[in-house]
Amino acid sequence: MSEPRIGVYVCHCGTNISQTVDIADVCGFSKTLANVALVKEYKYMCSDPGQETIKVDVEKNKLTHIVVSSCSPLMHEGTFRGAVENAGLNEYLFQMANIREHVSWVTEDKIKATEKAKKLIAAAVRRVVKHQPLKPTEVDINPDTVVIGGGIAGIEAALTIANAGKKVYLVEKDSTIGGHMAKFDKTFPTLDCAACILTPKMVSIAQNRNIELMTLSEVEEIKGFVGNFTVKIRKKARYVDEELCTGCGDCEKFCPVKNVPNEFEENLSNKKAIYRAFPQAVPAVYAIDMAYCKRCGVCVKKCGKNAINLDAKDEVLEVRAGNIIVATGYDLYDNKKYLEKYGYNTYENVLTSLEFERYTHASGPTGGKVVKKDGTEPEAVAILHCVGSRDVNANEHCSRICCMQSLKFGHLVKEKVPGAEVYNLYIDIRAFGKGYEEFYKRCIHEDIHFIRGKGAEVIDTALTKDEQGKLIIKVEDTLLGEIRRIPVDMVILSIGMEPSKSASRIASSLSLSRSKDGFFLEKHPKLAPVATATDGIYVAGAAQGPKDIPDTVAQANAAAGAVLSIINKGRVLLESVTSTVESSKCAGCKLCISVCPYQAIEFSDEDKASRIIEAMCKGCGTCVAVCPSGAITQKGYLDGQIFEEIEGILQKV
Amino acid sequence: MAEKKKLNLAIYWAGACGGCDVSILDTDEKILDIAAAADIKFWPIAMDYKVSDVEALKDNELDVTLFNGAVRNSEQLHLAQLLRKKSKILISYGSCAYLGGIPGLANFSNKEAILERVYKTSESVETNGGAVYPSPKSKVPEGEVEIPELHDYVKALHQVVDVDYFLPGCPPTTDLINLAVNAIITGKLPPKGAVIAADKNLCDSCKRKKTEEKSVKRFYRPHEIIPDNERCLLEQGILCMGPATRGGCGARCIEANMPCRGCFGPAPGVEDMGAKMLAAAASVIDARTPEEAASITATLPDVAGTFYRFNLPVSLLRRAK
Repeated sequence: MSEPRIGVYVCHCGTNISQTVDIADVCGFSKTLANVALVKEYKYMCSDPGQETIKVDVEKNKLTHIVVSSCSPLMHEGTFRGAVENAGLNEYLFQMANIREHVSWVTEDKIKATEKAKKLIAAAVRRVVKHQPLKPTEVDINPDTVVIGGGIAGIEAALTIANAGKKVYLVEKDSTIGGHMAKFDKTFPTLDCAACILTPKMVSIAQNRNIELMTLSEVEEIKGFVGNFTVKIRKKARYVDEELCTGCGDCEKFCPVKNVPNEFEENLSNKKAIYRAFPQAVPAVYAIDMAYCKRCGVCVKKCGKNAINLDAKDEVLEVRAGNIIVATGYDLYDNKKYLEKYGYNTYENVLTSLEFERYTHASGPTGGKVVKKDGTEPEAVAILHCVGSRDVNANEHCSRICCMQSLKFGHLVKEKVPGAEVYNLYIDIRAFGKGYEEFYKRCIHEDIHFIRGKGAEVIDTALTKDEQGKLIIKVEDTLLGEIRRIPVDMVILSIGMEPSKSASRIASSLSLSRSKDGFFLEKHPKLAPVATATDGIYVAGAAQGPKDIPDTVAQANAAAGAVLSIINKGRVLLESVTSTVESSKCAGCKLCISVCPYQAIEFSDEDKASRIIEAMCKGCGTCVAVCPSGAITQKGYLDGQIFEEIEGILQKV
Repeated sequence: MAEKKKLNLAIYWAGACGGCDVSILDTDEKILDIAAAADIKFWPIAMDYKVSDVEALKDNELDVTLFNGAVRNSEQLHLAQLLRKKSKILISYGSCAYLGGIPGLANFSNKEAILERVYKTSESVETNGGAVYPSPKSKVPEGEVEIPELHDYVKALHQVVDVDYFLPGCPPTTDLINLAVNAIITGKLPPKGAVIAADKNLCDSCKRKKTEEKSVKRFYRPHEIIPDNERCLLEQGILCMGPATRGGCGARCIEANMPCRGCFGPAPGVEDMGAKMLAAAASVIDARTPEEAASITATLPDVAGTFYRFNLPVSLLRRAK
């Protein structure tokens, strides 16, 4: 091979770099480096003329390798690789020296900055000579998608994809889709009836031919990589044939087991052992709760369609999909000890936010009446914000919905019990969404009392006559600067969101990372909010963090759009800087398998060596670092390349 | 058939404990094969030869020299250079010659600090007000005497002279010595620069059960735990250097429930054995928080001395300044 001829381009980045780094000095130095055939400076290398220069120079000066010293590779590596490729060189015969983020932006000392810039360029020049041409591999995309979770996020994502003509497997752990939203009465700030806006979407799911709905189902295992996942799903026995059941309800009428706690009603009422979660459930078919069923067989006899089989078994299915959307939602914070100080489970008129949703719901246990357990209307109701949120003793994060739902509860109490006094006990009112501030104003005008202070505890020991027979909330009113005791008849705890109980299981079967608060971690908080670290796996809705319905729906559409974009492309480029195991050196200690965050390494009993599944390798290099026998190497990060880089940095300038 | 000419053999002991010389005697009856095949021209521990005898030899007159020990003073350097000149084949024998070995740990310190410790602050030295440091040349009534001068660095043999083959081990095992002797006697020699041992790391020949579930909550020194005889020692929290160490020793320590200490040096192609093992050990730590990770690593005694026990002079680390 002929001698390498390197082109070095030094970017001014307007004045971002040039005001701190002596560009002329750096260029002069670069010319003295081995194998450098050409050095140029330019105001904006990333601009079209900048890129064009590279193309022209490669041809005219027969350049073999390119070094651009400018900003972070995160910013423009793609740009310059494209330019290098356009110039007819392999895009990997290129190296960037970051003299903006690593130099000019972090120092004011011009002499030191110039010296550091020289060292980084020397390192890049020495390294790039050792680069080898690499070629990204392409794989086909399976156009089917698995959506995990049938709440509003999963429903919305599934519909968007299915409406584009693509197949969706919608996997829901409960007997019906609808999630938390199906339990709500009204939605803030418009006070739309939740069911009125949700149930049409649920029906669309049932009717859409592109959607295969799997209820009472859970994802057990995921293998593969973007475009080519294999998803193992356990479909739990429903004991009622979904195809045959017409939802007539004869079975339920005659079922003798009446004492089954009704989870859909937050256990405020009971259901029968054969049940349908609510009248608009989708699928509109019954299911049997075998934990309570006495197997008397009455339902089997009464079913005119012979749809019931008490001996049905779980099924495990495998589906193939190109993309996965995780929309597993949230659960309410439920630490019993913590909630006890608010009198929950001690006093019968202390309710959680979801319980109150059911109280105000027309088909709920009270038929939509706001009443105490004794059936009478409350004279005073307190709503406690931030229960389990913004609290170092519970969850530190803000749950984002509690302020608005508390305002909504206040409004609903006022509407249903016009004379009642309503107190909102808040830390701050966070009414940030569209129309939210206006709703807050409206509530103020409805004579709802706002007390700035987090409720400390709920007790029933009366000190005065007014407090007799009341629940008393102790609170430090931070506007008055005093401790207050507020006697009420009913307390609503606006409980914060935390990750769904299934989050840790899902995280381990999908190898998803979670942030400190336990919600799934997005790839980038601003620029990739629905992508995850694993290509082809997206996250939408409250599974990613506390969210209201509008944001959830927006994220669901974003995730669906990202999926459709990949499906539409048909093929996907895989990472080029992957690792390889030299099996003759591998001794089978399996350390690499235990550290690979992408499950991209398997052990071959035949070779007695680890093997990297190239399509799943993301090029993170963890296995390379960990391999104690030096059997694993990573393209683009060979020892020789890194040592040259180090030598360059250490050389005198 | 004409009787084959006997090989001229030299064996030398530089910066080492003497175990390497003993290992040659440890070949039992095979030593007779050596004696039958070779004329020993120089072996200070066993026979009364002088350096002048070596100096008197013609260049390349020695067929084979087995050189054990690190090079850390002027005499050792002189002998290394002399024996190189006089030998057709120079074999770096044992971990100290090959890697710097245990004496190589001196590179964590420096010459001044070592002399001060040995001749001044050591509990067994009486300084009587002023320490007496060895000086290369001293006058005595009989004239001037000379002793070797301590170098600032401890070096492996190949860092000071060209070496043909490496025979690792602390000391090399009888099997490998026999392998090397047979190769020399029969003339079936491997390519120059070969390490006469396995080409894979020790885990390859270790029979213990290894899994993908590696989670260590604390590290144990051998005396702190009764290990499971079947399971990988590292997975039990015993810091076994096997994953980063070249095999070929027969995994004898491991079969005796003792962790590998790394005397065979890095696996082929590994640039820095200590760093490699450090990464491997770090990867098995099962910690949820930085504090937990710190408390687990705190159970590792003498991190540098453990990971670089035999290989400091050939590692990427430089001597302490």
